[in-house]
Amino acid sequence: MSATTAALEAPVRAAARRGHVTQARVIRSEWTKLWSLRSTRWTLLVAILGMAGLGPLVATVQMNRWDRMSLGDRLHFNAINSGLGGYHFAQLAIGVLGVLVLSGEYSTGQIRSTFMAVPKRLPVLWAKAGTFAAVTFVLMLASGLIAFLASQSILTQHHVQTTLGHAPALRAWVGAALYLAVLGVLALSLGAIVRNTAGGIALFAGLLFVVPGLAAILPTSTQNAINPYLPSNAGTTILAGTHEAHTLSAWGGFGLFCGYTAIALIVAAILMRRRDA
Amino acid sequence: MVAGTPAPDTDRMITVEHVTKRYGDKVAVDDLTFEVKPGIVTGFLGPNGAGKSTTMRLILGLDAPNAGTLAIDGRAYADLPAPLHEVGAMLEARAIHTGRSAYNHLLALAQTHGIGRSRVKEVIELVGIQDVARKRVGGFSLGMGQRLGVAAALLGDPRVLILDEPANGLDPEGILWIRTLLKRLAKEGRTVFLSSHLMAEMAQTADHLVVIGRGRLIADTSVEEFVSRASTGAAVRVVTPQATALRDALARREARVDSIERGVLEVHGLTGQEIGEVALAEKIVLAELTPLQLSLEQAFMRLTGESVEYHATDTDTDESTTLRAAA
Repeated sequence: MSATTAALEAPVRAAARRGHVTQARVIRSEWTKLWSLRSTRWTLLVAILGMAGLGPLVATVQMNRWDRMSLGDRLHFNAINSGLGGYHFAQLAIGVLGVLVLSGEYSTGQIRSTFMAVPKRLPVLWAKAGTFAAVTFVLMLASGLIAFLASQSILTQHHVQTTLGHAPALRAWVGAALYLAVLGVLALSLGAIVRNTAGGIALFAGLLFVVPGLAAILPTSTQNAINPYLPSNAGTTILAGTHEAHTLSAWGGFGLFCGYTAIALIVAAILMRRRDA
Repeated sequence: MVAGTPAPDTDRMITVEHVTKRYGDKVAVDDLTFEVKPGIVTGFLGPNGAGKSTTMRLILGLDAPNAGTLAIDGRAYADLPAPLHEVGAMLEARAIHTGRSAYNHLLALAQTHGIGRSRVKEVIELVGIQDVARKRVGGFSLGMGQRLGVAAALLGDPRVLILDEPANGLDPEGILWIRTLLKRLAKEGRTVFLSSHLMAEMAQTADHLVVIGRGRLIADTSVEEFVSRASTGAAVRVVTPQATALRDALARREARVDSIERGVLEVHGLTGQEIGEVALAEKIVLAELTPLQLSLEQAFMRLTGESVEYHATDTDTDESTTLRAAA
């Protein structure tokens, strides 16, 4: 009896010593995957340059034109917006890369290797979303800080600068990085749903950039009712220097954007579990 | 691996039970049942489009069956806590991101199981791709890609190996290498299951065959049995100094007799024993009496003849690839 039990347990113990798949290990694997592609490094570099460089460039132009600006423009001048305007550029790079994180695996067939190693599948989605969001947040926080500090020092020419001690400025700086990180997860979810790079990018760009343009054709009253709830408008409330008319509150808008992203991520998860790879 | 251990029935075994898989209206796998046992090389044979790759994807949990169950060690693939240690697989279509280096591809797979970098380097050397391991996979030749696929399959030192057309794209030296490797892995007690549409390759590598056509099981048997079964009713070769006398005697038994050369006959419609009895009755000396065996390839064509989906085109590719493998 005991001999049989021991004999049966021997291979079991051997298996236990060998590594099982854990969420932490899948995250390490996805970290390696993210950085071992040339497209990741280039696209993130573009996002960093856009985020860090565009704000100071805008600030320089504004200071050179300050004397010719109307009094109204000077009164409405917002030092936060001119420092963090680079997010307009960065969001395109982050969105495209987000789509690629999953569509790239499907188009090359890599996803089959990935799912053979992690047959539960969902740990892969969580790991990809988590690592990509974390990388985006840290890089955009750093390049946003560079943009903010550089542009404020430029704005001192006409003494219109602000500081991170100013609460809206602090919120906008961190908020820009948060918005881009969540945007990355939204794009990644769309890539997982569509499983195709061209389709994923089209869907992402359509949702973020084309829908607001279409809304602009509508009558103003309808526009004002719809606009605040569009993903891009809702998401960017958190990084606006001032609260504008017909927009949601800073955290309310961003919360809605997170909600949209959560829905996309859940749909991606359900489809990933159900579909044949 | 676990030699001498009284293992449970399903140890290292692949079991496929009444599995059906449809893609839209098309039935790719139709009520398929078979087992793959450890310690031998099992060949999975069938014409292109027979459902071999689909069955393998089903075993690996990549596709879900419409009916039936598939298991490894008695468990569904998705329920294996450490799949790469249990099963090493290589699929026919390359399953690798072309933008990543071979080393990083293997490293990312290894990390999901906490397998170290030293093992990654080990499998790279084992398959002989150390010179290109740091280069992007997109630039690999078909043969290099196959070797990388084998490296990925061996990464976790698995007890079960599933390989879809491993000889594809390999040069003669590579084919010999993989054949030797697979036989060695089977000898170590592992389960080796490989698909191929190349009969010549199977004849030299496999001990056991699972043959399918149009998603249905045609045969689940040893290589010898498969050939002899397909040879039933095939001709018998007779060598005798009294060929004319024997020919007349057999003709009276309504057998069809062809003269191959002087003193050599090929008899259709009678077994060797029946021919021997006729010869004894007629007091004819027989120098040789041999049932003619079909080659594995002929046996395969004979048994799958009706199951070949795209007859003309399939025969063409089979021939050209077989010639290439034989060269």
